[in-house]
Amino acid sequence: MRFLFKTSYEQDLRLAKHGGHVFWYGLLGLALVVAPWVAPEYWLAQLTFVLIYAIVGLGLMLLAGFTGLFSLGHAAFLGVGAYTQAVLTGMGWPFALSLACAAGLSAAVGVIVGLPALRVKGIYLGMATLSFGFIVEEVFARWESVTGGNSGKHLVPPEIWGFKFESTESFYFLCLGVAVVSTLAILNLLRSPTGRAFVAIRDSEISAQSMGIHLARYKTLSFSLSAALAGIGGALYAHKLQFISPDQFNILQSIDLLLMIVIGGLGSVHGAFLGAIFLISMPQLISLGKDWLPATIGQAPGLQAVVYGAVLILFVLFEPMGLYGRWLKVRTWLQLFPFYRKGLFKRQKSFQKSDRLK
Amino acid sequence: MQFVQLLISGVAQGCIYGLIALGFVLIYKATETVSFAQGELMMLGAFCGLALMTVLGFPFWVAVLASIAAMGLFGTVLERVVIRPILGQPAFSIVMLTIGIGYVLRGLVTMIPAIGTETHTLPVPYKDLAFKLGALVLNAEQLAVIAATGVLCALLFALFRYSKLGIAMQASSQNQLAAYYMGIPVQRLNGLAWGLAAAVAAVAGLLLAPITFVHANMGLIGLKAFPAAVVGGFGSLPGAIVGGLVIGIVESFSGFYLPDGFKDTAAYIVVLIMLMVRPNGLFGEKLRKKV
Repeated sequence: MRFLFKTSYEQDLRLAKHGGHVFWYGLLGLALVVAPWVAPEYWLAQLTFVLIYAIVGLGLMLLAGFTGLFSLGHAAFLGVGAYTQAVLTGMGWPFALSLACAAGLSAAVGVIVGLPALRVKGIYLGMATLSFGFIVEEVFARWESVTGGNSGKHLVPPEIWGFKFESTESFYFLCLGVAVVSTLAILNLLRSPTGRAFVAIRDSEISAQSMGIHLARYKTLSFSLSAALAGIGGALYAHKLQFISPDQFNILQSIDLLLMIVIGGLGSVHGAFLGAIFLISMPQLISLGKDWLPATIGQAPGLQAVVYGAVLILFVLFEPMGLYGRWLKVRTWLQLFPFYRKGLFKRQKSFQKSDRLK
Repeated sequence: MQFVQLLISGVAQGCIYGLIALGFVLIYKATETVSFAQGELMMLGAFCGLALMTVLGFPFWVAVLASIAAMGLFGTVLERVVIRPILGQPAFSIVMLTIGIGYVLRGLVTMIPAIGTETHTLPVPYKDLAFKLGALVLNAEQLAVIAATGVLCALLFALFRYSKLGIAMQASSQNQLAAYYMGIPVQRLNGLAWGLAAAVAAVAGLLLAPITFVHANMGLIGLKAFPAAVVGGFGSLPGAIVGGLVIGIVESFSGFYLPDGFKDTAAYIVVLIMLMVRPNGLFGEKLRKKV
């Protein structure tokens, strides 16, 4: 059992709360840095995808997990980022500048979508973002002079100051850098007044408003930050695949993103990463398990959808805090070793809450 | 004439949207959750009818009634097994849960060997029947959709207006706690509402099947029924049908008069405009939460 005695404010502000944090995150960082020399190329590519999805997941986590607004059209922001990057680097712009433009444009679009969010909430907001996602997908498919339409668009490898990120290793380091920077940015944001305001809005809009939080401004801000991260993720995604087409940014992608953060654990930064690991490793696990199953089940085309759906249902029913929540329980069990009680994390049963009661 | 023709096909399509939206609204009114599995329930209903007619060889009417009843039962069981344990949790979890249910249903149907991945036609007695009325050509399938929707609406209206059960459901949707104090078994009614929604979805599936085909992804049409429910106002049963008609008609006209690409997005453009102008929909009640 670890007791933290805080004797100064600096100690309270530190990101790593104690030596254990420093040690384990240092180890993780080291492992990620040496990964290109140890891991085979295929796994490195998968790791790159995990990092890219984690960046997008961080954005969605900020919106859904910390501000309590949920978006069913997040793939659209991903797509805006990806196409902006494709068009700008195609015109010969430097990588960093076009990445910034991709983030900026996504954020601007996010503000536009966020505007109805000021009037509607809950499921209506979901509808608004869902509709927006469909419209954007159609725009990608129809605006052929810019996006290449349904035949898709190819990308050139990213280039910074003459160095081309062509190999899997170099692109991995690029993604790692962006992921680390965005994680630190989110962590810092969350302990700033802005981040606290987001959490307050999630927990209760009315009490947040009465504490002097400008709801419209913070909701729009959350939307634009989230969209910007999705845009950055989209730009990297486009570079990784080197080919984008409108159907990569459809409703199923949006639902996959939501599934990722719910399974990872809503309301935790770790959740974005755990969810991304789940989303990328699940198809591999399924294809590994296929050989063990009888052919009629193992080779059936719908298996992946069934597994995803079943995992989602089981998580919502039994572990609403996701993978990170499960880890918290394991950690508490280890910390308190003989004293862990069953009811420690028990959800409170409540009568059905209603937003409609007068 | 073109205009009337487009109008009729729009109305028929709109009735389908309206019926699926009716399912959303029934569930929303009863449990305040939005079911993303409604389209998949519709798909399952259509497959159920198909299996009864082609594999078991039931006559048409028996198969229709049996599949509606089976789906109703399925909806009730679904509510009991997965939805009830997490009622009272944030709406977000329940939405994710229904998305999961939709995934599982779609995947399971796809996994049925030799049937799941194919497209099928539902053998209905009125297939390929058409009436000529002057220059108008009326498809029997479309007329069946419109007539069945009308009958179903009348039945639902009677249920909610005159039967004890319907009035109890209204009461529990207005204020669950008060309804519970009055001796209404709220949880059982929630189960019934899910059963009713699934049965309505089955009707929609059986009506849609002759117009398109029966296949595993036909449930994705449910995503177009959301705009219908929002346009009508999420908490209103007549609103769902009217919203469905609006979406269907707008879609049919924009497919004809506007350039390519507007047909598929028209519904979403309408709903975005609606959300900006009247967030509560055409028939939605405006309620404010007081603390």
